[in-house]
Amino acid sequence: MAEWTYAEAIRQALTDAMAEDDAVLLLGEDVALGGPFGVTRGLRERFGAGRVLNTPISEAAITGFAVGAALAGRRPVVEIMFMDFITLALDMLANQAAKLALLSGFQQAVPLVVRTQAGIYHSAGAQHSQSLEAWLVHVPGLAVVAPGVANDAYRAVRWALRQPGPVVVMEHKGLYGRRQAREALEWDPQWRPGPQLRRPGRDATVVTYSAMGETALAAASALERDGISVEVWDLLGLSPLNLEPVLESVRRTHRVLIVHEAVVTGGLGAELAARLQSEVFDDLDAPIFRLGGRPVAIPFSPPLERAVIPSAEAVAEAVRTVLA
Amino acid sequence: MAIRVEDGIALYRAMFLIRRFEETVAEWVRAGLVPGFVHLAIGQEGAAVGVVHALDGRDVVFSGHRAHGHLLARGADPARVLAEILGRAEGVCRGLGGSMHLVDTAVGFWGATGVVGGTIPLALGAAWARQATGGVVAVFFGDGASTTGIFHESLNLASLWRLPVLFCCENNGYAEFTARAEQSPVAYARRFAEVYGIPSAGVDGSDVEAVFEAARAAVAEVRAGGPYFLEVEVARLSGHYEGDPQGYRSAEEQARQWARDPVRRWRDALAERGVAEEALAAVEEEVARQVEAAREQAQKAPWPDLTVLNHG
Ligand SMILES: Cc1ncc(C[n+]2csc(CCOP(=O)(O)OP(=O)(O)O)c2C)c(N)n1
Ligand SMILES: [Mg+2]
Repeated sequence: MAEWTYAEAIRQALTDAMAEDDAVLLLGEDVALGGPFGVTRGLRERFGAGRVLNTPISEAAITGFAVGAALAGRRPVVEIMFMDFITLALDMLANQAAKLALLSGFQQAVPLVVRTQAGIYHSAGAQHSQSLEAWLVHVPGLAVVAPGVANDAYRAVRWALRQPGPVVVMEHKGLYGRRQAREALEWDPQWRPGPQLRRPGRDATVVTYSAMGETALAAASALERDGISVEVWDLLGLSPLNLEPVLESVRRTHRVLIVHEAVVTGGLGAELAARLQSEVFDDLDAPIFRLGGRPVAIPFSPPLERAVIPSAEAVAEAVRTVLA
Repeated sequence: MAIRVEDGIALYRAMFLIRRFEETVAEWVRAGLVPGFVHLAIGQEGAAVGVVHALDGRDVVFSGHRAHGHLLARGADPARVLAEILGRAEGVCRGLGGSMHLVDTAVGFWGATGVVGGTIPLALGAAWARQATGGVVAVFFGDGASTTGIFHESLNLASLWRLPVLFCCENNGYAEFTARAEQSPVAYARRFAEVYGIPSAGVDGSDVEAVFEAARAAVAEVRAGGPYFLEVEVARLSGHYEGDPQGYRSAEEQARQWARDPVRRWRDALAERGVAEEALAAVEEEVARQVEAAREQAQKAPWPDLTVLNHG
């Protein structure tokens, strides 16, 4: 079966959505040339300058523009080049995009998609590496998805472009080149961005998302050599959260480790831990453990950069702690 | 009025140092030795040197993502700047910041940023808080930064509060891969200064002497009270980032830009004014030795230890 990369899957999803629906348009800095990772390459040539808009360095204005265009019936996809710059668009997202449906007594809808990419990759530095999803999931009215593999990335973008309200698609720069066997993707309107089982196991459940899925799988393989069987779940949808399959897993394994790249403090792991324990407290044989980024600005130097986010070794170590 | 020969040679030395330094970084990028994103100042040396040489020890400088030249012009140790770009413990920021986040407070260089426009308002607050020193705060940014909201808020505030800030826009005609005309209908960012009531000037960045004179006049105005906006028109002779294939501009255009090489132009000007070839060659050899030594020192420098994160 043919393979595709995560970046190609996203490009295909945008292409298919644009071909199907004239209301879909892209805007962002240098999107006409593909952006820094080439994700939107070729779309300007195919769909024209009226639907692939290169913008000035004006994140707040282009996000607000997209909100206005969405109110007028378009489906804009705004690219925020690095998730770190979502700070600049956040007022428009949190105070306008996320609220207008309710504030208007549901006269209005804001079907807006924001694509952005997060994460540590080759020393991009403290202002080009952060994972800021916790800020977004704190805003009612914003949906957030964080695909970890190419096929999910395709589906997540297609799904986002059919939602009635704003959705942030959090990509990971370290995943763009990752290949996966391409599934025959007949678009299924029933599909929802819920938890994906990456690896079945008996002894403990690891709940994760985005690029940490790979790290968790590497840890699971290493632990298998010691006879420890780990089940790995990739959440995919961060808001709203659907934890049903994960709860079922924890009821079997009785032990949970939550892993994310974002800093632990105030991170999504806290929300997950709280929800899990309220549902499966009686099934747990150990406290729920969280592993995430150290609470520091991400240092530039390669050995330090690697050390501030969970490694496969650290995940394996944490699983052993949960099992102890 | 032409500047003195010694000053002219000092400007040449400073520009040649930046050029050699950036060529070293470019070579290392090609060899895969440099982590992260690197934006070089090749072609923009005239702006960095002309403006920074018009400042003195009381003054403070901020910059953006294309900052190597500004920091070197300010007098930072090239070995420690190279070490920073490699992420080593001897770097000016102990390897924690990298190319886009250079700081060296010892030479009055208070910071660079990877977020376009991010340091512009910092210059305002620093200038306000340091008024008693008589110092000015100069902030470098690109033409692309003039399309950010923070740029406009900052110009308005600096003018309203008459802050001693020298806004220094290096207009290289591009923001990443997109030409100025596709970014703004306003070709020159100094037009924005006019409407905010900030005096301004434009100067050809390929002529370091003209930049130096314009910057001296600008700094004098800032010291007398209130902001000034200097737009230096430069040619970006490298790609946006090192490794940029530059498919968005023709080979002819890239070649044409080299006619605006400030280093070459100033060398020719000095020779025309009677500076001996040997004297220029001596400066170049000395700088080459300095960069060679810096390069060795930086490459030998150790990686930082995790404990550095616990500092302070
Ligand atoms: C807020 C923000 N948006 C986007 C970027 C990505 N980016 C990095 S450099 C750059 C272009 C900057 O152009 P300009 O200000 O003219 O500086 P130059 O690179 O030409 O020196 C962009 C868009 C960024 N770093 N920060
Ligand atoms: Mg520019």
